[in-house]
Amino acid sequence: MNLPRDFSRLIRTTAFKLLAVYLVVFAVFAVSMIGYVAWHTRRLVESQVSENVEAEVRFLAEQYRIGGVQRLVLVIDRRTRRPGSSIYLLTNFAGEVLASNVSELPIGLLDQQGTRITTYKRSDEPGAKENLAYVEVFMLPGGYRLLVGKDIEDRDTLRQLVVRPAQGALVLILLLGLAGGIFVTRRVLKRIDAMNATAERIMAGDLSGRLMVDGTGDEFDRLAASLNAMLERIESLMAGLKEVSDNIAHDLKTPLTRLRNRAEEALRGAASEDDWRQSLESIIEESDGLIRTFDALLMIARAEAGQARASMVDLDLADITENVAELYEPLADEQGLDLVTEIAPVAIHGMRELLAQALSNLIDNAIKYGLPADGGRGRITVSLRRDGDFAVLEVADSGVGIPEADRDRVTERFVRLEASRSRPGSGLGLALVAAVARLHGGQLAFSGAAPGLRATLRLPAKAA
Amino acid sequence: MDANLEPDFSLSMRLLLVEDDQDAADYLRKAFREAGHVVDHAADGEDGLAHALDGKYDVLVVDRMLPLRDGLSLVAELRGRGDQTPVLILSALGQVDDRVVGLRAGGDDYLPKPYAFTELLARVEALSRRGAPQAAETVYHVGDLELDRLAHRVTRGGKEIPLQPREFRLLEYLMRHAGQVVTRTMLLENVWDYHFDPQTNVIDVHVSRLRSKIDKGFDVPLIHTVRGAGYMVRVGMR
Repeated sequence: MNLPRDFSRLIRTTAFKLLAVYLVVFAVFAVSMIGYVAWHTRRLVESQVSENVEAEVRFLAEQYRIGGVQRLVLVIDRRTRRPGSSIYLLTNFAGEVLASNVSELPIGLLDQQGTRITTYKRSDEPGAKENLAYVEVFMLPGGYRLLVGKDIEDRDTLRQLVVRPAQGALVLILLLGLAGGIFVTRRVLKRIDAMNATAERIMAGDLSGRLMVDGTGDEFDRLAASLNAMLERIESLMAGLKEVSDNIAHDLKTPLTRLRNRAEEALRGAASEDDWRQSLESIIEESDGLIRTFDALLMIARAEAGQARASMVDLDLADITENVAELYEPLADEQGLDLVTEIAPVAIHGMRELLAQALSNLIDNAIKYGLPADGGRGRITVSLRRDGDFAVLEVADSGVGIPEADRDRVTERFVRLEASRSRPGSGLGLALVAAVARLHGGQLAFSGAAPGLRATLRLPAKAA
Repeated sequence: MDANLEPDFSLSMRLLLVEDDQDAADYLRKAFREAGHVVDHAADGEDGLAHALDGKYDVLVVDRMLPLRDGLSLVAELRGRGDQTPVLILSALGQVDDRVVGLRAGGDDYLPKPYAFTELLARVEALSRRGAPQAAETVYHVGDLELDRLAHRVTRGGKEIPLQPREFRLLEYLMRHAGQVVTRTMLLENVWDYHFDPQTNVIDVHVSRLRSKIDKGFDVPLIHTVRGAGYMVRVGMR
């Protein structure tokens, strides 16, 4: 594996970019949080120090009130001897130091009452370095000045104690996040790579290849599932194409051969003008049949390609059904079948011509095969009704029907059941109906009509 | 009841054929002439447009795919200049939406290739305004048969013949083109408004039902079958 290349691929992935953005946002959050904690700690320490100092001042002022300056000096001396972070300084009106554990203070500090932060040096620690302290200066009656303070170097130490590990943790989190991101991104990449590899195999010609669906139901699974459905459709279209070209070879070449034979026969053997005429007429008839087959093929191809969808309009299917039934009623009657209709109003979005042709093919079929076996009068029922969101258009006849095993085959292109091979027709009629159904987002199904065959066209209906 | 397609020179038309395939053009010119019409020929769209604008033609027969200027653009240009000469468009594209596009461009009829010449001839004659009753006429007469378009009444020899609405429209179309051949697909298109090939003789059965109402019991048949072509309404046979 080429690592630098691999890495550059990695950081170009969407997952990695998302992760980087997330890390930045997270780091901003973490830094603000640490900052807040540090600020809060400092404030807490400060308020504690100032309360401490204030209490001390109050206590010492009380001592002064009870026992005068002697008592105050005594108390301060005792206190300065105790170890701790407190500092004390007491001066008289002349500025002489009466009690103290401070060796150095900025000049003029004692001139003003109040609290402030200042540098100082302790006197009980020889060679002590300059520290920071929070101090309060308090004027006592009689010109005495009292300074009470607390060392606050500890405050910063405490802050360091909080902030340092937090900074460390932040770095650790970022590193872990990055590592996790790389791990996740690589997993994503691996699945994409697998998909790409499959796609390349399919493009190379293996149309039966499918993307792996591991059943987790995640977005990759859903994507793979829809791509697979698309491949399924492509494969069936390709198979259809192949089948059609095979069938064209067979079903168009057969009549072409007949056509040619007729012409040769006429050239060779025609004795009279009547013979010529007869031969020529049969040649024209044969070529008309060829044109019909060709037209039907083109129309199926168009319907299946779905190009026609753009020219669909809202229409009244009841009107079309009634019209086509009326068109075929006299023919059915002449052929010995009663054509009856049961039509409810249903509107759909579609193409009038194609729907009319589909229905006419179904009725045409029912007329051809709908006569009962006993030789009596037949019956064709054309019905249209709404079933939920669907328009259900049915043509049922009283003929011998189709054996169950053959029912699916009848809509395949060119398939005509052996027994009916001798009757006229291109064999494309029902395939066209099925293609029209698919174009409209519906389907064509066959069932027994006890006796006879029922062809059911289910098409999505417009809302009533 | 068969009638023969003999040329009737009183109905002779002047046609312009715009077709780039020389074979097809030669064949059509010959066939139209034998049917008694005068044919000019142009082999490309520009030449066709120039001819169409120059001459007084009864009907133009225009191929859809032509060199220099295609058939649809020719028709659109002609209509744009206010020329209303009827145009029949011939095309190898025969799908429903192609047909709609052709008619929208200003064509009056659309015939997909390959076609039977009888079909083309019948359609061209139907387009020509010669010899046919004006569309504004409200009562059509053929012999003693009378059709009142406003009252929806059909009488023959003064006797009313009750017809179904569809039969009425069928007879109306046949009578509007009295003396002209009307093909089965023309009937399907104009009476039912469908343009597909029904593959069976559905139309024949409708016409024979109509014929049994119109001609039965009368000495002179009015609805004739023209062999290999279609139907014609007229008094007797020539």
